[in-house]
Parts: sequence; C-alpha cells; structure tokens
Amino acid sequence: MSETVAVAVSSPAIARPPSRAQRITDRAFVACCRGFAGLSLLLVGFIILDIALTAAPAVREQGLRFLTSRTWDPNQEAYGILPEIWGTLYTSLLALLIGGAFGIAAAIFLAEGYLAGGVFAVLKAVGIAYKPVWRDLPDRVEDLLRNLIELLAAIPSVVYGLWGLFVIIPLIRPACNWTHARLGWVPFFGTTLSGPGVLPAVVVLSIMILPTVTALSRDALVAVPGKLRMAAYGMGATRWETITAVILPTAARGLFGALVLAFGRALGETMALAMLVGNSNRISLSLFSPANTLAALLANNFPEAGPHEVRVLMYAALVLLGITLLVNVVGALVLERATAGLRGAR
Amino acid sequence: MSSDTAPSRRPQPILDNDPFAHVDFPGLEKSLRRPRTLVNALLSGLVALMTALALAPLLSVVIMLFWRGGKKLSLAVLTHLPPAPLEEGGGFANAILGTGVMVGLATLTVVPFGVLIGVFLAESPLESRLAQAVRFAAKVLTGFPSILAGVFAYGSVVLATGGFSALAGAVGLSVLMIPTVILTAEDAIRMVPARMREAALGMGATHTQTVWMVLLPTALPGILTGIMLAVARACGETAPLVFTALFSNYWITSGGRFDIMQPTASLAVLIYNFAGMPFPNQVELAWAAALVLVLLVLAANLAGQALSRRQRGLS
Repeated sequence: MSETVAVAVSSPAIARPPSRAQRITDRAFVACCRGFAGLSLLLVGFIILDIALTAAPAVREQGLRFLTSRTWDPNQEAYGILPEIWGTLYTSLLALLIGGAFGIAAAIFLAEGYLAGGVFAVLKAVGIAYKPVWRDLPDRVEDLLRNLIELLAAIPSVVYGLWGLFVIIPLIRPACNWTHARLGWVPFFGTTLSGPGVLPAVVVLSIMILPTVTALSRDALVAVPGKLRMAAYGMGATRWETITAVILPTAARGLFGALVLAFGRALGETMALAMLVGNSNRISLSLFSPANTLAALLANNFPEAGPHEVRVLMYAALVLLGITLLVNVVGALVLERATAGLRGAR
Repeated sequence: MSSDTAPSRRPQPILDNDPFAHVDFPGLEKSLRRPRTLVNALLSGLVALMTALALAPLLSVVIMLFWRGGKKLSLAVLTHLPPAPLEEGGGFANAILGTGVMVGLATLTVVPFGVLIGVFLAESPLESRLAQAVRFAAKVLTGFPSILAGVFAYGSVVLATGGFSALAGAVGLSVLMIPTVILTAEDAIRMVPARMREAALGMGATHTQTVWMVLLPTALPGILTGIMLAVARACGETAPLVFTALFSNYWITSGGRFDIMQPTASLAVLIYNFAGMPFPNQVELAWAAALVLVLLVLAANLAGQALSRRQRGLS
C-alpha cells in the first residue's frame, strides 16, 4: 500500500493535509482490510482443521482399513469406502472424457469465430454487413452463444438431478438394455439399466462440467498470440492445420488446467449424483449398474446418522477433501503457470 | 504440405528458372476433393455439431421445466405449506421463505468481508505475499465441493448448537459465496481507471477516502455483479443445506415467533426430497419448485450480467 504524501499546499481552502483523525481512520481501515484478508486464510485453515478434528476419532479407530473395506453397515458398525472411492473416480473420469471433448469443441467453435464469421458471411451476402444496426450482430450472436453455454452452469445441480431422473433415464434405458442384450459379454455393458446407474449420472455430470471446460479453455485459446495464427495461415496452413499444429499445442497448458479444474468439480459434485447414481455399494465396470460416490454417500447418510456414524462420515469427508484439494490446487497452479508462460510468448 | 500428388498435373513452367517450379499448385486448390480441405470442412462441421449438442440439454431442461412445472404453478402453490403424503394440493411457500432467509443471512455476512478483502487484494502490489496467498486460497475455494461446505457447517454449527437450523445452512452457503464476491470485487476495483485513483490521491485524499469516495462507487456495478452471481449460486445449492438446515413442512417459527434456530425448508432440498417420492402430487410440486428456483437463479444471473455491462461501458 502506498503512503499518502502530505503536500505543502498554497490554498488551504481548496485542499489541506489530512487531519489527525483522518490519518488514524486511514491506518485503521488499511489494517482492517489486511486483517480480513488474513482472516480469510484462517477460514480456509479452520475449515480443513474442523473437518479433520471431527474425523480424528474415527481415523484412529478405523485406520487405513476404512479405505479398502467394502461394506457399509451402521448396525454392525462396519464401515468401508472403497466402492465410493471407485465410484467417484470412475464417474468423474468418464464425465471428464465426454464433457472435456464437447467442452473443448465448443471452446474451439467460440474462439475461432465460426459463428461470428458465419453470421458476417450471411449479412455480407445480403449486403448489409456494414450497415449501422447490423454491424454489431456477429459479435452479439457470439456473446449470446457464450452466455447460453454459461447458463448451463447456472442451472442448479438438484434440477439436473430431477431432469435426469425423469428425462434421461427413460430416454436411454431402452438403448442401454438393447446394448446389454447384444453385447452383454463386454464388461462395460455387463448389467441391465434398471433405473439409476453410472451412465445417467455420467451424462448429467458431463453436462455440468462442460461450461467450466468451455469457459477456461476458451480463455486459453483466445490468449494464444495472434501472430502465431497469422504466421501459420501465411504459410498456407488450413484452419484446422493451424488449430491442431499451432493453437492447441500453444494453449495446451491452459487446456490441461481447465480439464483438471473440471475434474475437481466432477469429484465434488453431489446432488445430481445422489439422485442418479443409485447409491449401491458396488464395484463394477458396468456403465449400467448402480454405484455410489463419496459426495452422494455423505448427502444420503448424514441426515439420519447417529453420533458414531457421523464421525465415520467425517472421515469419508476428509478423504474427499484430500482428493479435491489436491486436484484443485494442481489445476490452479497449472492455470497460473499457463498464463505466465504465454506472457513470455507475447 | 502435401506434395504426394502426381507431378504431371503441375502447370508447365514458363521461365527456365521458375521460382515456383517446386510448388504443388493443384495441392493448394480449395476443393472438397483435396484431403486437406475435406478434413478441414469435416472437423469444422464436427465442432459445430458438438457445440449444438452441448446446448441441447439446456433446451431440454427449460422445455421440461415449463411443461411439467408450468402445469402445476399457481398462486396456491406459492402460498401454501407442503402437503402430507397422499394429500392433494399444497405448495412450497415456506421453502421460498426459507431459501430467502438463508441466502439473505449468508449474503449479509459475506458482503462486507468479501468486498473489503477485494479492496485489499486490488490495492496491494501484485507481488505481495499475503495478497497472493489470499487470492490463491479464494481460487481454491471456488472449486471447493459444496457438500464439504455442508460438512463444515455441520461440524461447526450443528454439532455445537445441538440441532439443525437455518443458521447452519447460512454458514454453509456463505463458505460457497465468499470466493466469488472476493474475486469479482478485486477485478471490479482493478478496472477503475488509474487516473481516477491518482487524481484523488493527488488532491491529498487519504487511502480510505480514495477507497470509499472514488474506488467503491465507481466499481459498484462490478461488485454488485459478483454479489448477484454469488446469490444465484447460493439459491440453487442443495448439498450444504441437506443436513444443516434439513427440511421442515412448517414455517420457520417456534412458539409463534420467527426463529432461525429451527430446521428450515428450502426450495432446493424440497426438490431433492420430493423428486424421490412415489407420490405424483409431490413429484409435480418438485417440478413446479424447480421452475421457480430456476427462474430465481436466472433472474439473479441476468441482473448480474446487466450490471457488468454497465461496468464495461464505463472504462
């Protein structure tokens, strides 16, 4: 923070140095801002500590067996979260595959100006491309598309869950059961889809992470210096030769960061999965079998848990916290270094 | 690039030492019969198709919400309490109020802290250690799973006070709101033109005066955008409420008085609870509540976007 400089002023009626009281409030305000900032760091520490301390008795009692055991039975006091860890990673990876592919495709579509170019071509064919009202239309349409994709992120998770339950599951069930009847020997299609299951959860999850992927990868693609693109075009490369050989490699770090952060989102996503994944302690490769995730386990079991089960659930929350914090920190670091790297290229 | 085409199709050189003799001219022709152009067109088409497919769910969600939720939506639904199983009619008035109370409480606590931390971040030099750490913590918190915010509120409020309450729900929501408010406030204050800040300091204003009389009023639209976005997110969050505020079929009162230490209904938890019930009336109510919730969230989002357009017009 820069120090305020008291200047000798010729006309005290217009300007005067700050009074003693003003200088004291100034110091106090600056200190207050700094204090709040420090508090926010403390808050993060407190959140982690709070979860860890409440989980501590269960960690001591259950030990590492908790991470490798497969049963969850409050009556027998036998707890294990291996199926949940498997389900969390399996659904998130599949969602990252689908959501990542579609998200990056949409980012390329937006960053390469396909839509604005198309609208401009149409306007030019009609002959009004440079007329006052129509001139802004290409940019407007592109902004609209970007906002529409961001709206996907605005729809609450629980509404996606409701939609998945009543739209996606009935829609894909016949196709899934047909696939199972024909290709049942493939492990991915090993069971029938009787309702909630991995595939509906993955479909909804990939829709939910798509806006994150698109927004962050579009930023990375737009940040590629224009002269690289111009050089590639100048050498006679087609648009896609430029994209695959120049733009994507240059933006690779940003794209990777976007995917990692989206993976973090997918790992922690709760309500849609609690409604769609089936909540069954099962480890299976099948896309159609019900499964469970850490977040869904917490959402389903916390409201009715007794004091002992609560501590065990806190242990599960701690595991989830560890996984997501790791992924998020890696993602944030990668994105930070990506922007720093591009600053050098410019 | 592709020099594998037959040399016989090249145009005859006019000069003896034609500098373009080695150029594959037909290979540069823009025609869909050339593999390069064809791949280019196919990939462009594929990307356009995938973008369109990505928007299909949005369309489907909106249509289903208006179709299934719109049927049930009426004034009665907005003013009645939730029905018991197998009971006809009913509504979710208490859930709308509960969402409002909890989001309101969370907003009131988060805004002063968030904006002042934003001021601190925008005013400190970029290489300040504390500012970097706070910014990084805020970025990590944006990706913090909402369910863990609920776990935190459970551990710090529900276990401490011994019961589910609106207060615990508000604590969970505020953890999710604070990073958005901090980061957008910082951006908005940084966007204030440097000459305005310098003019204020040059006239002998203290730092505090500059912040309160120049920076904050100028950055207000941007700060409000961040607050609206945070409110929009908080309205739709279910996971932090499901086991902190729980749910209730009644108004948020005890003994006839307004009481935030009671289990409290919210739109999001109502949708979650009713969607899984085998009673058609409850499912219809869940759809109607989803429509109301999405309209609320969209209104907050659009208000935020309109404000951010004003901020952009300024600089």
